[in-house]
Amino acid sequence: MSEVWLEQFALLPGYLSRHLLLSVTALAVGIGLSMPLAFAAIRHRWLQGPILTIASTIQTVPGLALLALMVPLLGQIGFVPAVIALILYSMLPVLRNTVTGIEQVDRDFIEAGRGLGMTPNQLLLRVQLPLAFPVIVAGIRTATVWVVGIATLSTPVGATSLGNFIFSGLQTQNYAAVLVGCAAAAALALILDRLIRLLEIALARRDRAMLGGAVLLTVAALTAGLWPILRSAALVDGRPDVVIGTKTFTEQYILGELIADVLEVAGFDTNTRDSLGSTVAFDALAAERIDVYVDYTGTIWANYMQRDDNPGRETIRSEVARWLIDEHGIEVAATLGFENAYVLAMTRAGAESLGVGTIDGLVAHAPSMKMGGDYEFFGRPEWASLSSRYGLQFDELVTMDSTLMYAAVAAGEVDVITAFSTDGRIHAFDLAILDDTRGALPPYDAVLLVAPNASSRVPGLLRALGALDNAIDVDLMRSANRHVDLDGGSVSRAAEMITAQLMFEAEGRP
Amino acid sequence: MVCDMIELEGVTKYYANASTPAVAEISLSVESGSLHVVLGESGSGKTTVLKMINRLVEMSSGRIRLDGEDIRAIDPIALRRRIGYAFQGVGLFPHMTVAENIAVVPRLLGWPGRAVSDRIDELLETMGLPPASFRGRYPRELSGGQRQRVGVARALAARSHVLLMDEPFGALDPITRDELQEELKKLQRSLGLTVVLVTHDVNEALLLADRIAVMKDGRLLGHDTPDRLLNAPPHPYVETLMAMPKRQAAKLAELASSRATGVS
Repeated sequence: MSEVWLEQFALLPGYLSRHLLLSVTALAVGIGLSMPLAFAAIRHRWLQGPILTIASTIQTVPGLALLALMVPLLGQIGFVPAVIALILYSMLPVLRNTVTGIEQVDRDFIEAGRGLGMTPNQLLLRVQLPLAFPVIVAGIRTATVWVVGIATLSTPVGATSLGNFIFSGLQTQNYAAVLVGCAAAAALALILDRLIRLLEIALARRDRAMLGGAVLLTVAALTAGLWPILRSAALVDGRPDVVIGTKTFTEQYILGELIADVLEVAGFDTNTRDSLGSTVAFDALAAERIDVYVDYTGTIWANYMQRDDNPGRETIRSEVARWLIDEHGIEVAATLGFENAYVLAMTRAGAESLGVGTIDGLVAHAPSMKMGGDYEFFGRPEWASLSSRYGLQFDELVTMDSTLMYAAVAAGEVDVITAFSTDGRIHAFDLAILDDTRGALPPYDAVLLVAPNASSRVPGLLRALGALDNAIDVDLMRSANRHVDLDGGSVSRAAEMITAQLMFEAEGRP
Repeated sequence: MVCDMIELEGVTKYYANASTPAVAEISLSVESGSLHVVLGESGSGKTTVLKMINRLVEMSSGRIRLDGEDIRAIDPIALRRRIGYAFQGVGLFPHMTVAENIAVVPRLLGWPGRAVSDRIDELLETMGLPPASFRGRYPRELSGGQRQRVGVARALAARSHVLLMDEPFGALDPITRDELQEELKKLQRSLGLTVVLVTHDVNEALLLADRIAVMKDGRLLGHDTPDRLLNAPPHPYVETLMAMPKRQAAKLAELASSRATGVS
C-alpha cells in the first residue's frame, strides 16, 4: 500500500512544476491581454458586446475539446497548445470583472475626477482602477482557480501536468494516483488563490511591510514549485535522446515503461509523454515531437489509410509499414508479437443461452440489445465497416470509458461491448469473444513506430528497439495488463514482469 | 474698477433628444471677488449653467468668458484645473487620504512635492482641520462637515480664484450647514474668491449671496442683490419664492417679541 503512494509522491515534484509553469504562464499572459482589451471596451463601448461575447463563447467550449483543438490548429503538441488554450480560458473572468468593476464605479467620483481636470487616462489610472480593484482581483482569482483546474486536461495534448496522475490513474485503476493528482491540483489552486488575496489586502491597505512579505512569500512559493524545472534548465540542454509517447490505456503505459527500460539499459536518455490522445500521438510522431510509440496496424489501416478491406494480417502489416515510410518517413522498428484487436464480447452465460458464437449469430438479437463502446469506437471506420458488413442494428449504443465497459457488460447494463483482445478483464469477467467470420475488423498487430529521422539522429536506436521484435506474446501482454487492471499492481511492476520474461528467454537461448 | 470674472452671453443648452432647452439664452456676469448664487428648483437648469462654466457640459450656443477669455479657446482639462469645483456628496476619493485628495490638482499640474505638502498644511489650517491629525485620514473617517471642508480645500488647492459649488451644503445637518456657510463667506472675502454657488435653498441664497440669479425652466427670471429681489421682485415666481422667507422671518420676529414681553 505505502509503496503505491510513495511511487506517486515521487512523481509529484515533476508534474507539479510543469502544472505550475503552465498555469502561471497562462494567467500572466491572459491577464496581460485582458486588461488592455477591457480598457478598450470601456473607452469604446461598441467593443464591449463583441469582446465579451467571444470570451464567453470560448468559455462554453469544453476544456478538453479546446485543448485538443489547439493541436491541429498549431500543428504541434505539448506546452504551447496547452498554454494557449489556457490563456483563452483565463480571459473571460478577468475581462468581465474589469469591465463591470470599472463601470460600477460611482458616477460621483468620475464627475469629481473630471471636474478636477483629469484626462481620461488619469481618471482610469487614479480613480477607476483603484476603486474597481477588489472586483478585478476577484476576477483574477476566479481565473486562477479555473486555469489550475483545467490545466489537468493538458496531459492528452502532450503537456505534462498534474493530469498525468489523473489520466493514467483512471485508466490503470490506480486510485492513489488519481487522489494525489486531484489533491495536488486543489491545493495548488487554493494556495495561489490565497497568495493573490494576500497581495490584494496588502495593496489595499498600502502596507509596505505586508506587501513585501506577500511578494516574498509568492516568489518563494513559485520558486519552490518550479524548482525541478529551474534545476533541470540549469543543468541540461533540453531534449533527451529519445521521447517516448503513450496513449491513454493501461497497455500503452506498460509498453511506454518497457521501452524506456530497454532504451535506458542500452544507454539512452529518455523522457515519456504519457496519455496522448490517439491521433495526437500519431501526429506528434510524424512531426517529430515524440520519437517512439506503439500503435496497432488495424488502427493505421482503417483510420489513417482509410481502408476498409481486409486482405489478411501479413499483407496489412507490410502495406502499413510501406505506407508509413512512404507517406510520413515513419519506420517500424519492431512488431511486438501480439495483436490487440477490437473484438465484440458478451458474457459467456449470455452467449451460451442465446447460442451465439459469432457476430453473424448476433445480428438477429441485436435490435433488442444495448451495445457499449469506448469514446472512439462508434466514430471510427471500423464500426462503419462492422455494422455495414453484418447489417448490425442495435437498440441503443452507449459510449463509456473503456475501463468501465467490462464491468458494465458483466453486470448486464449492456449486452455487448467492444473489448480489447489483450485486456485481462475478458478472462476475469468470463466474457465470450464473438468470431468475426467476415473479417470486418482488421488485424491489430502492435508495432513500434519510430519518428522520421530519429534513427539517423540517434544511432543505435533501431538496434536497441529491435530487442522487442516478436518478444511479447498475447498471453504475456494480457497478464501484464491484468496485473494493473485487476490485481491493483503498478505499471512499472507490470513492465518489469515483461522484462523478466524477456531476460529469461534470452538466457534460455543457446 | 470692478472687472467681470465670469460672463455668460446668450448661453443655451439643448441636451440630445430634448425638444426644449435645458438652459435658454442666459446672460449674466459675475464680478471678480463676488459670490453669486444660482437659485432654482431641480430641473431649472441651474446645475447645467454651472457645468458649462468648466465645460463639464458643452453649451449649444452663446459665449462664456473667464477673465475676458472665451472658454472655448481653452483646453477643457486646463480650464478645469484653473477652476475649483466642489459639489454635494463631495466626491472625495475614498481610496485616497485627506492629504492625497487635496493634492490631486497640484500633482496633476506637476507641482514639486514640497510645495504640494506645504499647500496641504496651509489649506487644512485654513479649514480648521489640524494637519497633524487629519492628513492621513480617509474620507470614511470624517464627519459630514469635515468632508465638506476637505472638499473645499481640494477645490482651492491649486490657488484657483474661481470656485464653482454645486449644492455644497445639501447633505449636512442644519447646525453644521450654518457653520460652514459662515466660514465660506469669510473665506471668500479674505481670499477674494469669485464663487458661483448653486442651491435650491432660498435662505441659503439670501444669507450667502452678493447677487442671486433665479432660474426656472431653463430661464433666468432675475439677477440682483438679495435685498432688491426680496423687496422688488421682478417676476411673480420670484415673488412667490421670496414670500416664504419673509413669512418665516415675520413669524420668528413675532415669537421673539412675545417672549421678550412675557419676560418683562
